[in-house]
Amino acid sequence: MSPDLIGLLANSTGQTLYMVAVSALLGTLLGLPLGVFLATSGHGELFEAVAVNRVLGLVVNATRSTPFIILVVAIIPFTRLLAGTSIGTTAAIVPLTVAATPFIARIIETAIREVDAGLIEASRAMGATPLQIVAKVLLPEALPAIALGLTLTVVSLIGYSAMVGAVGGGGLGDLGIRYGYQRFMPAVMAAVVVVLIVLVQGLQSAGEALARHVNKRIRRT
Amino acid sequence: MNVLASIEAVSAATAASAEAPAIRFDAVSKTYPARGRDAQVSALDRVSLAVAPGQIYGVIGRSGAGKSTLLRVINGLEKPSAGRVLVDGTDVVTLDGGGLRALRRRVGMIFQHFNLLSSRTVFDNVAFPLELAGVRRGAMAARVDQLLDLVGLADKRGRYPAELSGGEKQRVGIARALATEPNVLLSDEATSALDPETTRSILDLLARVNALTGVTIVLITHEMQVIKEIADRVAVIERGRIIEEGPVYDVFARPRTATAKSFVASVTGSSVPADLAEELSTQPITGGRAVLRVLLTGAQATAPIISRLSRGADIDVQVLAGQVDRIGGAPFGNFLLAVPGRAEVVAAALALVRELGLTGEVLGYVA
Repeated sequence: MSPDLIGLLANSTGQTLYMVAVSALLGTLLGLPLGVFLATSGHGELFEAVAVNRVLGLVVNATRSTPFIILVVAIIPFTRLLAGTSIGTTAAIVPLTVAATPFIARIIETAIREVDAGLIEASRAMGATPLQIVAKVLLPEALPAIALGLTLTVVSLIGYSAMVGAVGGGGLGDLGIRYGYQRFMPAVMAAVVVVLIVLVQGLQSAGEALARHVNKRIRRT
Repeated sequence: MNVLASIEAVSAATAASAEAPAIRFDAVSKTYPARGRDAQVSALDRVSLAVAPGQIYGVIGRSGAGKSTLLRVINGLEKPSAGRVLVDGTDVVTLDGGGLRALRRRVGMIFQHFNLLSSRTVFDNVAFPLELAGVRRGAMAARVDQLLDLVGLADKRGRYPAELSGGEKQRVGIARALATEPNVLLSDEATSALDPETTRSILDLLARVNALTGVTIVLITHEMQVIKEIADRVAVIERGRIIEEGPVYDVFARPRTATAKSFVASVTGSSVPADLAEELSTQPITGGRAVLRVLLTGAQATAPIISRLSRGADIDVQVLAGQVDRIGGAPFGNFLLAVPGRAEVVAAALALVRELGLTGEVLGYVA
């Protein structure tokens, strides 16, 4: 492979990491409170608001059922409003974040719902406020599941980021399509796939190690 | 409030000691609305009771009897549908969010499944209620260490709950419940998930805490053994109603209801052995024996009943089954005796039992 192509590969890897990192971060900032609310606003729960819960649940489901490539195109006006342009790597962060937020929200919701209801009751019996219960009980207890869920999200985002080539987002997926496929350069395609595999493996292992570290439920010998 | 309820309320009030009770229920009812095809459920039905300060008050009932609801209305985890619940004179039902949280810091609670935070160490679990109450970290360390000493876990302060045994977890639960120096400790089947030996050590700890701090303890259980070991007073609850209530010794000595009798029988061996029960006939059998149950209770529990029957009245006595226990520090005996079945012998035996101040009854006759 020529030095040019290696430069391209490095550049694309950088773009992918940039898009995935920023959208995962923004998605977590938005998805975390949304997920906490979804998990705690059902009937008889801490912040009971059944109607709002239903509506938000519908919005989350609607976003998640839209195929990502359609989402990218459908929200172009919104992307332009936020990023000033609808083309390029930074602009691609908008649809990636929009896709990541409901995904993360559901992951946080599921993780929190797994927390033993007895802990909520015990905390209430100790005089905890609902916010204290979220901050000091639900999130710390759900942390191992959240860490694994966020790992899953990041891996999914790497997959999604391959599609933002359609709006000039660049990244590894775009490199693979334009050089590897359209210009018949199988070596580029292979290199892209190898880099992606290494990336995903590394992230998955790191995520699992983090989850293990924060999980105190397992007795270590 | 209807008339019946107010009568019950008054009788509960007069039953309480002159001292203001730590906890008082005035005709407390709790109904859960009908759900789906199920009818409305009444978990508590006009329950009135009074718990004196420093008392260990046991509530026993089978699952679904309403004991769990009874415990949870005390700290406002459940809201009664009717009636008043007074804790140190404050009506829990009228408290708002802030008032309820303040009350809950004066009422500790321990649970069957411990409910410890798995992400926190033993130390941080015990510190948790102090943290919730806004106590500074520096100020809480001394208190937490003192509590860990009390429950015998000073060496485990840095461990996580997953590294502890069931008994140790409950000790952490007890230390945590005592962290805010509560006046009342609620125990929700605290020993039901533990083996008999661990149960005894946890009950000993609760009794010691009670003696040391004077904390009032309300415990619910389905095991009469627990009541026998540490409770001062007991209420038997069935289908949301208190069907029997009184000092533990009295309920053990004279259970009135079938439920109370079966609970008592489960620990005092007062049930008739199955093979014997099968042979029992209600009619005297010529040349046979009469089976008597004799209860040795109160001041007369140590009366020399066997020797008085055999030597004094010249009646041949066989012991078929029996057990002598100590309940609340006082002896409590229960014997099944067989004597010759002739009417005059049985009458003489019963007369002698009564003369000694004991309780006796004829259960039936065997060949």
